[in-house]
Amino acid sequence: MNINFVETGQVLTIKLKGELDHHSAEAARVLVDEKIKNEKYSKLVIDLKGLDFIDSSGIGFVIGRYKVIRKRKGVIEIVNAGKKVRKILDMSGIGKIINIK
Amino acid sequence: MHNNYVFIRIPSLSVNESFTRAAVAAFCSSLNPTVNEITEIKTAVSEAVTNAVVHAYEDKIGEIEIQCRIKGRVVEIIVEDFGCGIEDVEKAREPLFTTKPELERSGMGFSVMESFMDEVIVLSEKNVGTKVILRKKISEKKQKSLNEEIDESSEEE
Repeated sequence: MNINFVETGQVLTIKLKGELDHHSAEAARVLVDEKIKNEKYSKLVIDLKGLDFIDSSGIGFVIGRYKVIRKRKGVIEIVNAGKKVRKILDMSGIGKIINIK
Repeated sequence: MHNNYVFIRIPSLSVNESFTRAAVAAFCSSLNPTVNEITEIKTAVSEAVTNAVVHAYEDKIGEIEIQCRIKGRVVEIIVEDFGCGIEDVEKAREPLFTTKPELERSGMGFSVMESFMDEVIVLSEKNVGTKVILRKKISEKKQKSLNEEIDESSEEE
C-alpha cells in the first residue's frame, strides 16, 4: 500500500495505491490523520485510481476519515474508483454520506 | 478425479491477510474462474481472516488455519481460529454490527461474505474457537480467456 499526498490550497488529495485491507488501513490511518491534523484543509479527496483491492476494513478507514473531517465541517470526496472497488463502495451504502465521483 | 485441497496455518498477524487471500485465489485458478469470481473469493476470504485476526485472540497472537478444497466446481474455504469464540453468532452476522467500533470496524464483514459466496456457515463455541465455512460454485462458461476479461473490466472502469 502506497499513499501519495497532493495539496492544492485547502484541498488535500490522498492517492491510494495497492490494497486497502485491515493491515494497510491501520498504517494509512496514522499517516493520513497526521496530515489532516492541519486545520487548513477543508476538503479531503480520496483518489482510488491505483487501488486494486478493498474490503470492509477499507470502508471502515474511509468512514473514519469522514468522521475526522466532518468534525470540523469539512467535506470528503471519493474519486476514480475502479469497477471492483466500486462494487464494495456501493454495497456499503457509503455513497449516502460521501460524494463518489 | 481426486479432490484437490490445500491447508495454510498462520499466526494471527494482520500482515498475513493479503497473503492468505492471494494464496486461496491462486489455488482456485485451476477452475478457470472469471476475474469477478476471483475478486469475490479474495474479498470474502479477506473478511473471514480479518475477523479472526481482529477478534479471536484479543491482544495476543494465536493461530488461524485456512483450508481450501475443490469439489467438482465448488470451492470450499474454511477459516478456523482457536480463540475466544463469538458470543452471539446471529447478532455478529447482522449488517453493521461490530463489537469494536473504536477500531473503525465497519461491521460489514459477514454481509460481504454472504453477498459474494453461495453459502456462509459460522460455527462458534466460547473459548474453543470459530469456524467459518465459505462455499461458492464456479461457473462453467463460455471459453473466454482471462486476457479478454481483463480488457473488458478495464474498459468498464
